[in-house]
Amino acid sequence: MNTLLPRARHYVDPAPFDPGATEPTGAENESFYRASSWQLMWWKFRRHKVALAAAFVLLAFYLMVPFVEVIAPYNQTKRNGDFLYAPPQRIHLMHEGRLIGPFVYPYEFTFDLETFRRVYTVDPSKPQSIRFFCRGDPYEFWGIWQTNIHLFCPPEDGTLFILGTDRLGRDLFSRIVYGARISLTIGLIGIAVSFTLGLFFGGLAGYLGGWVDHVIQRMIELLRSLPELPLWLALSAALPPNWSPVLVFFGITIILGLLDWPGLARAVRSKLLALREEDFVKAAELMGASKKRIIARHLIPNFMSHLIASATLSIPSMILGETALSFLGLGLRPPVTSWGVLLNEAQNLAAVQLHPWLLFPMVPVIIVVLAFNFMGDGLRDAADPYH
Amino acid sequence: MIRFLFRRLATMAVTLVIISALVFFIIKLPPGDYLSNLIYELRAQNDSAAIAKAEFLIKQYGLDRPPWEQYLIWIGAMPGPNGFSGLLQGDWGWSFEYDKPVVDVIGDALWLTLLVNLAAVIFIHVVSIPIAIYSATRQYSIGDYLATFIGYIGLATPSFLLALILLYYLNRWFGISIGGLYDSRFAGEPWTWEKIQSFLAHLIVPTIVIGLAGTAAMIRRMRANLLDELGKQYYVTAKAKGLGPTKALLKYPFRMSLNPFIADIGNLLPNLVSGSVLVSLVLSLPTVGPILLSALKNQDQFLAGFILMFVAVLTVVGMLISDILLAWIDPRIRMGGAR
Repeated sequence: MNTLLPRARHYVDPAPFDPGATEPTGAENESFYRASSWQLMWWKFRRHKVALAAAFVLLAFYLMVPFVEVIAPYNQTKRNGDFLYAPPQRIHLMHEGRLIGPFVYPYEFTFDLETFRRVYTVDPSKPQSIRFFCRGDPYEFWGIWQTNIHLFCPPEDGTLFILGTDRLGRDLFSRIVYGARISLTIGLIGIAVSFTLGLFFGGLAGYLGGWVDHVIQRMIELLRSLPELPLWLALSAALPPNWSPVLVFFGITIILGLLDWPGLARAVRSKLLALREEDFVKAAELMGASKKRIIARHLIPNFMSHLIASATLSIPSMILGETALSFLGLGLRPPVTSWGVLLNEAQNLAAVQLHPWLLFPMVPVIIVVLAFNFMGDGLRDAADPYH
Repeated sequence: MIRFLFRRLATMAVTLVIISALVFFIIKLPPGDYLSNLIYELRAQNDSAAIAKAEFLIKQYGLDRPPWEQYLIWIGAMPGPNGFSGLLQGDWGWSFEYDKPVVDVIGDALWLTLLVNLAAVIFIHVVSIPIAIYSATRQYSIGDYLATFIGYIGLATPSFLLALILLYYLNRWFGISIGGLYDSRFAGEPWTWEKIQSFLAHLIVPTIVIGLAGTAAMIRRMRANLLDELGKQYYVTAKAKGLGPTKALLKYPFRMSLNPFIADIGNLLPNLVSGSVLVSLVLSLPTVGPILLSALKNQDQFLAGFILMFVAVLTVVGMLISDILLAWIDPRIRMGGAR
């Protein structure tokens, strides 16, 4: 090596200069340096396997929302008068040792005169195949098209009650699918209300400081010291009984959001205060960036990720709040179908003892709430990609 | 310390005044009230004696006055038709629905509500401290993962759904009914040992159900605190100098990690009270929960107002106690507060 070096007084290598050779960065390293912070967050989030799985579960649930009419085999209000409180029907694949695809055995019922209950028995001699992409109950898709196509329907002159029926003979599975639309959107709308309020008050407190900050802080403390549920109860009892179901829906959403914002406002305020002192803000100031640019390019993207994470973590409390209120009969009212409204029927012990499948709407509630919690935890970890 | 106490009490008084105004506003929100609805109904039946009684009650409770006067009369800061008699004087008002004073309607329920919440707080502490110590000292062991997992489930499962599930399964497997306060055969009987046993047995499930979410949150926080402290040099020094593991743990890091633990009671209480109201409704416990629900539905304003006030006072006083405890344990707080 040494003997080769002093070849000329001023040596210039004719080969093109490659910075990667002097400062070796692997392909991975290079993409790391070039990645935007959102990309880094995505990479960090992706490593969190449970959170990723939860995100996919939620995606599946929310993708269902626009297509509930297609997915549900029955209409939510369709009454099957002959099948009140029918237990769930099992779906079979094999009949007498032969595979004939998914089918059900038809129900027959007798009336038990001692307990005054209908006793349902299956008739295992007549398998009835479930139909797919078929014509069933008519509905108006997105309020525009009149159609009757369903993903799957009950067999011809048969029934398909995957999760049983309620006291009016309405298919519980279909009603849970319809209920998903209300229960899932109420969380999003509620969080939008609380997000707006939180950003507004938190931003005001963090930006203006002084007595405004003081007043808002006391307000936050006050609201956080009150038990939420009794207040929700009182406020929703105050909704006029003559309101239409849609108005009640929005009323409940606003009530849920109205008491939820203090947590977010506090997060916004403390983030604003902390970020103002960060080195990169000082650097931007020294380089002569305008206030507008600092806020828009440096502050907001930085705490947006945190806010999204904490908002995700408070969606479950909205969904649970609606479920609890409707369960107690103070929230949404039939004919609006939400998971809470469905659980309202499972309120008394007798109903639950005789017809345990009425408790089934709590399964999607728990799944969604768990998924939001896991995803929110993953997001919160990912929100700080440089640590 | 005395200055701190004084300042803290003054803040609490202001908080309570604001809360009482808020509560009054909320119970006045629905259009109409119990008595005017009753009068409409009675007019239709032409029952002049009952109308006269209802109108007398309206006069008696100053319900014909402007709202702000009604509020002041209710809290007892202004003389009403019968002089000063409001919350401040210990007169909790009249329940129109039960046609009895509010005291008589909820007297026992208040004690039970206090008892259930206190039991839940004790449950949370007794259960979460040992589990947190275990999973912090044996981080990433199977037991730690198990505790974390159960904690997640406890955090995410809504208490009233858990209550419903337990109600169903305990009844199905063991044939015991956990609803109500004691077995129905003891209703109306004097308090014997058997009745007390049945009472305690019925108290277990509500306590666990109400306390579970709080326990999960506590374990998580305490574990994180302890893990922070366990990595610090003073703990390593203590162990290097030959202090036994248990003593080294309990003498230093444990005490340090208890600090935020007490501060957390304040965050815990509102959730706990909310949970207890809801769980009482599901398990039909005679706490203030079911009474509140029916009072709200019937616009029985003094009853509903008083219960709302009571649960708010419960959390505010709980927070005061936790603040005082914290200031007593940690001098930085009572000094730092004297800005």
